Amino acid sequence: MEKFTTLTTKTVVLPTQNIDTDQIIPARFLKVTDKEGLGKALFSDWRYEKDGSPKPEFVLNKPEAKGAQVLVGGDNFGCGSSREHAPWALADFGFKAVVSSSIADIFRNNATKNGVLPIVVPAEVHRKLLESPGMTVTVDLEGTELRLADGTKARFPIDPFARYRMLNGIDELGFLLNQDEKITAFEDARSHA
Amino acid sequence: MSSQSPETGPRTLFEKIWNSHLVSPESPETPAVLYVDLQLIHEVTSPQAFSVLRERGLRVRRPERTVATMDHSTPTTPRDGSGKIPITDPEAAKQLDQLEKNCADFGVEIHALGDAHQGIVHVIGPELGLTLPGSTIVCGDSHTSTHGAFGALAFGIGTSEVGYVLATQCLPQRRPKTMEIRLEGTLKPGVTAKDIILAIIAQIGIGGGTGHVLEYTGSAIRQLSMDERMTVCNMSIEAGARAGLIAPDETTFVYLRGRPRAPQGAEWDRAVARWKALPSDPGARYDATVTIDASVLEPMITYGTHPGMGMPITGTLPSPDALSDASAKASLERALKYMGLTGGQKLLGQPINVVFIGSCTNSRISDLRLAASMMKGKKVAGGVRMLVVPGSQEVKHAAESEGLDRIFKEAGAEWREAGCSMCIAMNGDQLKPGQYAVSTSNRNFEGRQGAGGRTFLASPATAAAAAIAGKVADPREMAPSQMGRA
Ligand code: SF4
Repeated sequence: MEKFTTLTTKTVVLPTQNIDTDQIIPARFLKVTDKEGLGKALFSDWRYEKDGSPKPEFVLNKPEAKGAQVLVGGDNFGCGSSREHAPWALADFGFKAVVSSSIADIFRNNATKNGVLPIVVPAEVHRKLLESPGMTVTVDLEGTELRLADGTKARFPIDPFARYRMLNGIDELGFLLNQDEKITAFEDARSHA
Repeated sequence: MSSQSPETGPRTLFEKIWNSHLVSPESPETPAVLYVDLQLIHEVTSPQAFSVLRERGLRVRRPERTVATMDHSTPTTPRDGSGKIPITDPEAAKQLDQLEKNCADFGVEIHALGDAHQGIVHVIGPELGLTLPGSTIVCGDSHTSTHGAFGALAFGIGTSEVGYVLATQCLPQRRPKTMEIRLEGTLKPGVTAKDIILAIIAQIGIGGGTGHVLEYTGSAIRQLSMDERMTVCNMSIEAGARAGLIAPDETTFVYLRGRPRAPQGAEWDRAVARWKALPSDPGARYDATVTIDASVLEPMITYGTHPGMGMPITGTLPSPDALSDASAKASLERALKYMGLTGGQKLLGQPINVVFIGSCTNSRISDLRLAASMMKGKKVAGGVRMLVVPGSQEVKHAAESEGLDRIFKEAGAEWREAGCSMCIAMNGDQLKPGQYAVSTSNRNFEGRQGAGGRTFLASPATAAAAAIAGKVADPREMAPSQMGRA
């Protein structure tokens, strides 16, 4: 995972509420044994016609989506299945952050492990973003702040450990492996209980 | 962000399990390290986790605490002449091969295709007696909440976390909040566990449980069998909650006693004594409580594209025009357009193409018995395809020994091998674009059962009624005498 650095980028807006992980990546694309290249399947059923040609009206197929690194979704983004393929596909497509008024638990957890920052903002800020697709925003993870082109600033909640990990580009495996002694002590205490 | 656990004083079931699995407590800077008693794995969300172990040169810390099965991309087509289940999809075959190889290389127990205990991961865990009260259980699958029916803290995780648990038997976790869902009263005849959970989700919303562990309490819950409790806990995730819990009681102990992996002999007695101390103490505090009158619940059905869009089967669809919130209105409009339905209409009488009985929500023996009791001597309506997919090989054999398979087959339904099948439509069992299905599964998202397919979620009774009628029908009108609770 790359270190997360402050980024200034356009947004892409998908205002639909409750975008579930079956929409982010339909189940038929989960028959893979690695994580590479899933960006092609991102929002597949919304993005392509039956014959595989792109639907011109879908936002990710429009020229203005090119290079955008922040996806703004409707309320309750990422509900549904625990598939980590969802953040894998978002990251592979080039998204570095997802913004909504609320983000489902498992998706949020999975996202921070793959360099996709889940940003929850207050309803007014969310509305502004939904109403101005393509707005330029700055994502400052160090300062836990999202800055909008119109000068609006929104602090966003992020678990301090997730923030530390994303800024340093590390996952939690090292942290857990370092707990080896405590884990062994826990196991020993239990087996003698 | 998290509620504080009292050191002394009354504690909830959740707090008792959480506290007894803390390897190290959380601090503002770092999450708690939670010990995992059991991890269940399957072919779809584990390959990349094993790859990480290989890349980093790690072993599985406690191979005996992980159990694998094959379910998601597994074919459920009947066996060929040699008794083998044919795998025609090369991608699925590769995933299944890889799971076998990973389990062999790392010493993990596997119930592969053809094994007597193969089946949906959340069906085989309880069946084998692996799912125990007071334990922590994870799986790379959001419906791991099913196991909460036994008073186990069980939740779905992503593939990275599957790797963490393989390597360390632990997970970094922030303590979730707790929400009590209290159901008092006696269910009306014809109202099932599926109807209870669909009604709960319709009431609290699909984000209503986000950040919380739900504990289902009250007299209506105590009256449920283990199969029924699993149906309720299974769909906790559809309310946004990672876990659902039901305190263990005599019903739980009777179910577990004698199961192959449950404690035996003196071990059993000691275990039961421990389990009896698990229920939430009187006066224990939850972060939120929702109270529901179970005696007014009706058979439920969903009409939209998420599980919160549910209503009593006799109801009428909401109208987008009646909604003032612009995004809620847009969301309902979109759902109705996808479903090909209009606000204000009824679902009763809506023609359907497919009926699916199966999934970790409703594929256990009591579900099949209920459906079979309604199908007996009846025929699946002309032009309707009905699939009955038992949750496990064990359920399949039990059903066959009771003759349920014959009832389904004589009615014109397909009787399948065990697996997830049309719940997730990864294995070739899927809806065609535009088709309507009544399904006993748990998700009605756009395309969930096949691109363009349209799903009505309901109980096995309502699904069987629809199969016979060829349209959405009230199960209470089809077979009133059968509709007492099992
Ligand atoms: S039956 Fe459906 S919900 Fe259950 S584990 Fe399988 S795919 Fe997931």
